[in-house]
Order: sequence, then C-alpha cells, then structure tokens
Amino acid sequence: MEKFIRHTGVGVPLRRSNVDTDQIIPAVYLKRVTRTGFEDGLFAAWRGDETFVLNNPAFASGSVLVAGPDFGTGSSREHAVWALKDYGFKAVLSSRFADIFRGNSGKQGLLTGQLSQDDIELIWKALENAPGTEVTVDLDQRVVTCGEIVAPMQVDDYTRWRLMEGLDDIGLTLRHTDAIDDFEAGRPSHKPRTLV
Amino acid sequence: MGKTLAEKVWDAHVVRRAEGEPDLLYIDLHLVHEVTSPQAFDGLRLAGRPVRRPDLTLATEDHNTPTLDIDKPIADLTSRTQIETLRRNCQEFGVRIHSLGDVEQGIVHVVGPQLGLTQPGLTVVCGDSHTSTHGAFGALAFGIGTSEVEHVLATQTLPLRPFKTMAINVEGTLKPGVTAKDIILAVIAKIGTGGGQGYVLEYRGSALAGLSMESRMTICNMSIEAGARAGMIAPDETTFAYIDGRPHAPKGKEWDAALEYWRTLYTDDDAVFDAEVTIDADELEPFVTWGTNPGQGLPLSASVPDPESFADESEKAAARRALEYMALEAGTPLRDIAVDTVFIGSCTNGRIEDLRAAAAVVKGRKKADSVRVLVVPGSAKVRLQAEQEGLDKVFTEFGAEWRHAGCSMCLGMNPDQLAPGERSASTSNRNFEGRQGKGGRTHLVSPLVAAATSVRGTLSSPADLEPVG
Repeated sequence: MEKFIRHTGVGVPLRRSNVDTDQIIPAVYLKRVTRTGFEDGLFAAWRGDETFVLNNPAFASGSVLVAGPDFGTGSSREHAVWALKDYGFKAVLSSRFADIFRGNSGKQGLLTGQLSQDDIELIWKALENAPGTEVTVDLDQRVVTCGEIVAPMQVDDYTRWRLMEGLDDIGLTLRHTDAIDDFEAGRPSHKPRTLV
Repeated sequence: MGKTLAEKVWDAHVVRRAEGEPDLLYIDLHLVHEVTSPQAFDGLRLAGRPVRRPDLTLATEDHNTPTLDIDKPIADLTSRTQIETLRRNCQEFGVRIHSLGDVEQGIVHVVGPQLGLTQPGLTVVCGDSHTSTHGAFGALAFGIGTSEVEHVLATQTLPLRPFKTMAINVEGTLKPGVTAKDIILAVIAKIGTGGGQGYVLEYRGSALAGLSMESRMTICNMSIEAGARAGMIAPDETTFAYIDGRPHAPKGKEWDAALEYWRTLYTDDDAVFDAEVTIDADELEPFVTWGTNPGQGLPLSASVPDPESFADESEKAAARRALEYMALEAGTPLRDIAVDTVFIGSCTNGRIEDLRAAAAVVKGRKKADSVRVLVVPGSAKVRLQAEQEGLDKVFTEFGAEWRHAGCSMCLGMNPDQLAPGERSASTSNRNFEGRQGKGGRTHLVSPLVAAATSVRGTLSSPADLEPVG
C-alpha cells in the first residue's frame, strides 16, 4: 500500500448527504473477478446526468472528494472503496462517515478525513466558484487547505499511523513474519498438507 | 479453570497475542472456491505477494459448476469467467485445484473431509459460511470474507478476537426416522437465526455419540444458520475411524502422534461455557421449515402457524411476510403442502450416507407424477461410490434425475433453479426468498423427508408411505 503523508489534487464538491455504497457503486458491478477497473461503476447511476459534478471537465481529474454528511452508509461492500480509488481519489472529506466504509477505506489506503460541516461548506463554495481548484490534504499536520481556507481534519491516531506507514492489514501482519516463522517451526509434523 | 474444546484449539493456534490487539491466529487449512477468491488473488498480484503456504491450501470448483453436460463449455458467461479465473490463479500461485471433471472435484466442504484433510484440532477457513461443517471433526472451522481470504493466502494467519462459547446439549435417544437434519433444524428453531451470534457452538450429549461423521457434519454445517461463527463436536472413536486410511490421514508414527493429540480435544469437566442450551432428543420429530428463514421450522406433524400467535412483534411481522411469500395459509397441515421439486444434495446433505438414506426410501417405488426430483451428489467421489452401490439406478428407476456434483440448486448459481412460484422440499441449508431461484419457495427437510415427499408429492416422512409391494 502506498504511503499517504500529504496530497494535493483537484477538489470535487459532492453536495449530497447520505451517499450510500449502492450509490457509490451499484450491485451490478460486483460480479467482476478483478480488484481493479471499478472506476466505470463509480456513481454509475448519476454519471448519466449531465449536471453531475464529475461530468464537468474541470472536475473530471479530481482526487479529493468533498462530500456531504454520512458518506458511505449501507452495504459493507469493499468495492465502494475500490471504485473511488480506481477513479483516482486519494481522499474523501466529510463531516461524518459510516463506520464500515471508514474501516474499509483505512484498510485500503483511501484517506477519510473528517472536517466540520462549516469548513465543508466553505470548501464547496471555493471549488464551485473556481472549478479545478486544488485542495491539499496534509495527514502529517492533520490540516486541509484550499486557497485561503485552512481547516483542521480529524483522523484517528491508529489510521493516521497506518496510512503514513503505508500498511494495509496484510502489511501489518507481515511485520510479525518472525512470529509466524517461529510458530510454523513448532507445528507438529502430523498436520496435513495439500501438496505432497 | 478448565478449557472448552474451542478454547483449546484457539489457544494452540495463537501466533501472537498483545494487549488491546486481536490475536493473530494460525490457519492450518485454507479451502478455496471460485466465487469468493478472484479479488483475493488479484490483491496479491497487485501487491506482488506470493501465497505463503500453497501446501496448506486447496481449491475446488463447486458454486457455479453445471450438473449436466459437464464435458461442454459452461454456458453462463459469469460462471465460466469465475471458474477460468480460479484455474488461472491456482496455476499462477501454485495452489492445488480439483476442477470440474476431476475425480476429487466437488463441494469444498465435502471434499476436505473426504480427502482426510479435515482433522481434529485444526483451524480451517474458507470464503464460505458453511465452513462450519468441518467442526464435526473437532476442528475450529469458520467462513471468512474476500479480504480475509487474501490475508490468509498471504500470511496463513488471521487477526481475530476470541469467540464466545455455547454448549448445545442434545440428550436422549432419537426416534427412528429422526435424523441429524431434524436436530439442527430444531436447534435453530429454538435459539433463533441470531441466537448463536458471536458464539462457537459445541454440540454435546448422549444423542450425538451414536451419530456418524456424515450426520455430525450436517449438524455443524448449519451452525451459521443460527448466526454462529462455528460449530464443533469433540472427536471420538467414530471420528478417528472415519479419518484412518484416507489419502491425507497421518500414517505410521505420525498417526500415533496425531491420535495422542486428538484424544486431548474435549471440553474439560470444569470448563464454563458462556451459554448453554438443552434439546430433548427423545421428543424430536422430523422437522420442516414453513417460512423464509431456517429458524421458521416445526415438526412435520404440525400446521402452518398463525402469525398472530407469535408474541414478539418482529417475529409476527416476519411470519406474515413469510406466509405471503410462501403462499401458505395459517392452519394448513404441513403434510398437505404439495411441492413441485425435490432437491437432494448440498454441503448439508449431499454425502454418501444421505444418498443411501434417500435411496432406501424410494427403492422399488415411483415418484409422484407432479414432482421433479434432482439428486446431486456432493462430490464426484460420492457420485462414483453411489454408482458402485447401484444407488444411481435406484434413483433413475424411481424417476429422479441423477446429476453431477456441485452446489447446484442449494443456491441456484448454476442452471439448477426453481422457476418463480415453484415450491421445493430441499435437503439444503437456506430457505431465504429467491435462494433457489427468483420467486422460488423452499422447505428445508432431511433426506428421509425429501425422499418420502417425492413419493407422495406432499411433505411426508417415510412413516407416511405404504409398504412397497
């Protein structure tokens, strides 16, 4: 997993609350057999609407999603995070995230930064007034800047550490490879093997 | 204080324990199939990680496989893609696979025990909730999600918080015609579909001692339908005899060492369970479900319940909705319910003993004209053995369809499905809305009840049949 310390990219204002994971990626896209290529399913139901924010060329290359409250509710599908990452998003900012979505994001290197709704509103206005404006998300300092706006960002210590170290769940476990090696050395030889 | 069986197996697999963190648990056996593994393998590929222990990993094709024309390309594109992807992944990562057409192919939970890979005291995982089946051997076996599949492939471990333990005491003697399936349906009806949440269930008591391994697997298999993470039964002489001589059973001195360890795998007398439930085996009758979750079951002699008779408001609402979906009226005797299809198979009841039991009932009879009967062995080996015993002829002369191995109509991912409005008596494990096909209506039953139902055309037990000849 890539380390996340600081990121600067085009901010995308998503003025909607309660965006559930079915809206982030509909179930029909879940039949795939790969971990990549889910960007075409991202917000699929809204992409047909010309006025949808990602259909504005100035926002199309966005990498910081600035969303309304209660982002990521509903189904636990990990595909929602894959779709956002595959599209190119590095961070999602909101005043409130659903627990499972936030957990899934942290495990896969997508930063979910919590800002006050007042700051979200200020950033929305700045982005809408000048589409293409960049937003800097500084995980080290836990600060989001957008033009003149400087907003404190909440990220719990554990998630911040994991993201800054670039550790996914597997990466975390692999830090204990010595313990696994030791355990394996002591396994009884009568335990079965599938290959002979 | 002593330990429960589950605690003994857990403690023997802790790789690392740290304050405030989940235990890192070692996994002895990882079973893989085509539906929940593709993204896990792709995740490894993206991160450039190998499979840590291909020699503790085994893949089979089961969920999507057709049960007819298995020598032809799979018609359904999604199914074909998933199976071809599994084959490619196994080849690339060095994982042993039993593909459609291979003599060891079959439902993952039938294949593991059949090969002798499922053994007492192991930790067994698979991206499938019915992994609890393997607990019948005194293994700690549970289903996992796709991210966890990737985690196990990469590290052979899982970070987990300990489960609570619940004793299910089944005391007494089963009446003739009452089987393991009836025990587990009665357990689920008693504790509810959420009653086991967070627990490992340990089935104990005098009624279990005489049960075969196949029957014990049927019981542990459906632990998940009570919401439990796993189900276990302490190993005994029946367990050891089942494993002895199988392809992956320990041999010689290894067998002796294994046996010595296996004999320590029981719940200590002074161990304390977090919860206990007792079932009176003497009172059990053949059980069938009337609703749309496995907890909505009753003895076959009962009638469809009146939703208003439930005290709990949410149960009342669930029953109302279930009767509407199932197109049943309160007060109808369960024995009067006519079915269109009988399905005998699945990881719950697709083993040789299940086929023998069903064949013994239908031998020398003809199926009801109104009923389609599908017999789907749990594995290619089970199919072969059944054919050696002549069971295939018994079924085909009866009028049943004799199919190839796989999950089949249990979940309808392959072409074996119910049509909208069709009703089945099924030896599988889930009667959810649409589980066996959109609009299909499922009654869960034992192989004996399935067989008798296919003779009469309405839900029946063998005791309801006229003697042959």
